[in-house]
Amino acid sequence: MALSSTTTGETQVITVHGDRIDAAMAIQFKEDMRAQSDAGASRVILDLSTVEFIDSSGLGAIVASMKQLGDGCRLDLAGLHPVVEKVFRLTRMDTVFKLFTSLDDALTAGTD
Amino acid sequence: MARNGKKDCLDLSFQAIDARASTGIATLGTRLVELGVPVDRAGDIKIALAEAINNVVEHAYADALPADIRVKCSLCRSLLEVQILDTGNPMPGLQAPRGIPASVETTRQNLPEGGFGWFLIRQLTSEVRYERQEGHNLLFLRFDLAEMS
Repeated sequence: MALSSTTTGETQVITVHGDRIDAAMAIQFKEDMRAQSDAGASRVILDLSTVEFIDSSGLGAIVASMKQLGDGCRLDLAGLHPVVEKVFRLTRMDTVFKLFTSLDDALTAGTD
Repeated sequence: MARNGKKDCLDLSFQAIDARASTGIATLGTRLVELGVPVDRAGDIKIALAEAINNVVEHAYADALPADIRVKCSLCRSLLEVQILDTGNPMPGLQAPRGIPASVETTRQNLPEGGFGWFLIRQLTSEVRYERQEGHNLLFLRFDLAEMS
């Protein structure tokens, strides 16, 4: 799994290239997210369009990534597959993160 | 379990380490659909199986040499029964945990990063049974495919 990132103004889009975020890659994911973090961004959108599966370790790694960003920066999630969205919904993490159907939706919605 | 010659059982073993479990879980997801499980339900089942299998890797074999995890699934009409077998340490108190999740209504820094595994398993199964037999852990998970989740 790899991450790539682009920053426009104060919005940074981090794209996950991989089909799953699970126990086998949770620690690496957290480290990669830390390496990508851009101090100037006030909003990070994590594009999960390629991610077809997540387990509770992967969910934990996304929560940890949000904490790493610090309180001055929000983390929104975009492009969630149904199974991925289900894990967020069941654990009620859908109340913690803003979830967007697609990256375009997330960008259109802005920071409000 | 063969019915009209249709194969409706699957039996998969893999070593209890993260990387093998990751591909094993992906294979189980694909094979469940081939077995006749609807795609949306196969996703739910895959979440529960992943949590149960990760628990074996992280806890049952925590201080032991990882041996194999064996997963057997059989589909009979709308009932899917899964058995997960390993030779690791028994579950504490010889009981499957109830799975009470940590609250997410807290500050960002206090949000839980784990502890959701058994909660997810309980949410997604219709029955859970655990037995310790002759040095083996046997976890039975039952999924009623006719039930909405």
